[in-house]
Amino acid sequence: MKFRAKIIDIGCLNHLTRVVTTISKLTKTCVLRLTADNLFFVLSGKVANGGVSMWCELSQVNFFDEYQMEGVSSEANEICLEVTAENLSRALKTVQNSKVVKVKLTKKHCPCLTVAAELPTLSSVSRVVTHDVPVDVIPRRLWHEFKEPSMPDFDVSIYLPPLKTMKNVVDRMKNLSNFLVIEANLNGEMNLKIETDLVSVTTHFRDLGNPPWGKDPGSQDGGRSQGRDPDSMAHARVDIRKLQQFLTGQQVNPSKAMCNIVHKRIVHLILLHEDASLQYFIPAVA
Amino acid sequence: MDCVVTGGNVKVLAKAIHSLSRIGDELYLEPQEDGLALRSVNSSRSAYACFLFAPLFFSRYSTPSGHAFRCKMAIKSVQAVFRSLASLEKTVEKCHIELDGQKNRLTFALHCKYGLLKTHNLSFQDSESLQAVFDKDSCANTLRVQPRVLVDTVVHFPLSLEEVTVSLSDERVWFRNHVEDEAGNSQSKAMLTEMCLASDEFDHFAVQAQNSITFCLKELRGLLVFAESTGLPISMYFDEPGSPVVLSVTDSVLEVNFVLATLSDDPSLRKNNTKRNKAYQGKKQNQAASPPPPDDFLNDDMDSYLIAMDTSIAPGTSAAGPPSPPSANHTYSHQPAVACHRTRPHSEDEEEEEEQETDDTERPPNKKFRSLFFGSVFATASQMTNQTVTSQEVLASDSEDDTQTESP
Repeated sequence: MKFRAKIIDIGCLNHLTRVVTTISKLTKTCVLRLTADNLFFVLSGKVANGGVSMWCELSQVNFFDEYQMEGVSSEANEICLEVTAENLSRALKTVQNSKVVKVKLTKKHCPCLTVAAELPTLSSVSRVVTHDVPVDVIPRRLWHEFKEPSMPDFDVSIYLPPLKTMKNVVDRMKNLSNFLVIEANLNGEMNLKIETDLVSVTTHFRDLGNPPWGKDPGSQDGGRSQGRDPDSMAHARVDIRKLQQFLTGQQVNPSKAMCNIVHKRIVHLILLHEDASLQYFIPAVA
Repeated sequence: MDCVVTGGNVKVLAKAIHSLSRIGDELYLEPQEDGLALRSVNSSRSAYACFLFAPLFFSRYSTPSGHAFRCKMAIKSVQAVFRSLASLEKTVEKCHIELDGQKNRLTFALHCKYGLLKTHNLSFQDSESLQAVFDKDSCANTLRVQPRVLVDTVVHFPLSLEEVTVSLSDERVWFRNHVEDEAGNSQSKAMLTEMCLASDEFDHFAVQAQNSITFCLKELRGLLVFAESTGLPISMYFDEPGSPVVLSVTDSVLEVNFVLATLSDDPSLRKNNTKRNKAYQGKKQNQAASPPPPDDFLNDDMDSYLIAMDTSIAPGTSAAGPPSPPSANHTYSHQPAVACHRTRPHSEDEEEEEEQETDDTERPPNKKFRSLFFGSVFATASQMTNQTVTSQEVLASDSEDDTQTESP
């Protein structure tokens, strides 16, 4: 099991840092899956973390100038590590202006993901800073827990309004209620609602547009959204903190943000960036 | 007391106050012949800071003749006077600090632009003089570095990190975060950060003893705030683990000293330290002969470590003084810093414990900040200048002393 990667480009480093920081806002620990082509940050939906799950996919060529990895074996050429996202985020944050950053899997007092950076100085010798982020190597028999979640058979898929606008709304609503109802239809309309004994508040969004999943060959043909009345709303009631966390933490400035709703079951949020994608699943509560 | 600070020096004074506020809750103010001394000490007495502003720093400086005046006050109230550094720089032209003897108030008057005058009348308490006893010149290792380098170093450590370890070799300095390894699993989860600086980044690099010390980062950050704003280099003086590290910033008109306790975590290292250790051994015998100290030593709080007053490290006084007379206080006053964290009088038990510590490696290492020595008495000005104190008493203590629980 070997892993070594190098970043020279400061833009790539910056981008990776933002992705990791976004993840660190969503979860304390997550699983980092390394394959020959991709890096995945995975959170599988366990009761302990409120049933939310996350899947973040990065293409290694878009981030690293050098990338070498050797998996557990030739047929299972992967490495699966449990890592504290905040540690990794902090390690990357402090080395923003470095000349070169290396990320390595090392064996110190425990298995570590070592972030080593060479910092520019006035002297002839560079300053070297290393951060040893402890990791747990996940045995192969548990890998099945960290496979890509399948796209839920959603009722409605809709583009999200600007995330900042949505954040402002959700931040206000959080003061009033612990739960939020998110509802949308295939006519480009989405509502964010809270309902308590004292007050009901709804924010309406219009003309958001619906992603053309159905035209995607093969994937969603014949799904629940087919033949659905464009004006009928699908809704899900979710823990408002989970939604807020997602909106507050995100730093990737996605080119596309969308939301799939399975009626009364789950809210599936997707952020797409040219070389990274983040999916976040929030289960509905009764 | 009556002094006036003008122009850019107001900001320097303000930064000093902010820096001191990182140390303790109280500001000790003492106008001396050689300048205005502002001091603070933390509650556990493991960190001490002193800013001495020379008379030339002020555009007017006069000290009360006749009786010495010194006082302490809540540092928060003084901080309030200099709250906004940005506006201070733009608006304040002159700061006038005066003692109102009749009302018993210390007056800070800020003369601002457009004739605006802000007056703060602060109440104060009379206090003893606060003085740490230390000797920079005898330290084996001296480093001097531009504040920017240290700022760029500490930025790699999280704000939540309490202690940092500095290790020296002939050519390099390493900064590492210090992780308590008492609970084995918590250590494995902590991120370890290491930063290496080459000796040529330092303005001055004199290493005689290649060792490493661990001290609190918070106070260093406090000093960095001050040093960075003034652009003055920071000097570090230290010896071995367990004896205090002195961080100092000097200029023609000011002298800043931060004295911080360091962790002594390695008993074997302590054994190897020849000079002080010999003295320590000698003292142990002395201690065996002397009667047990008074009860207040034994009844010390469990969460405590000792601060004793000490004259032995002060310049001019020999560490290997004459055999101690059978006075408990005196015994402690002559103990070198090395032995200070052990306050137990039962020397036989202590020796046993020593052996245990070296033999039994399974035991978690003995990690304690060794106390600093403070002279804190009503002393005359002349006594203060040569840093000797006349009476000895134990002032305060902090940190767990588990050896006491085991003692009969």
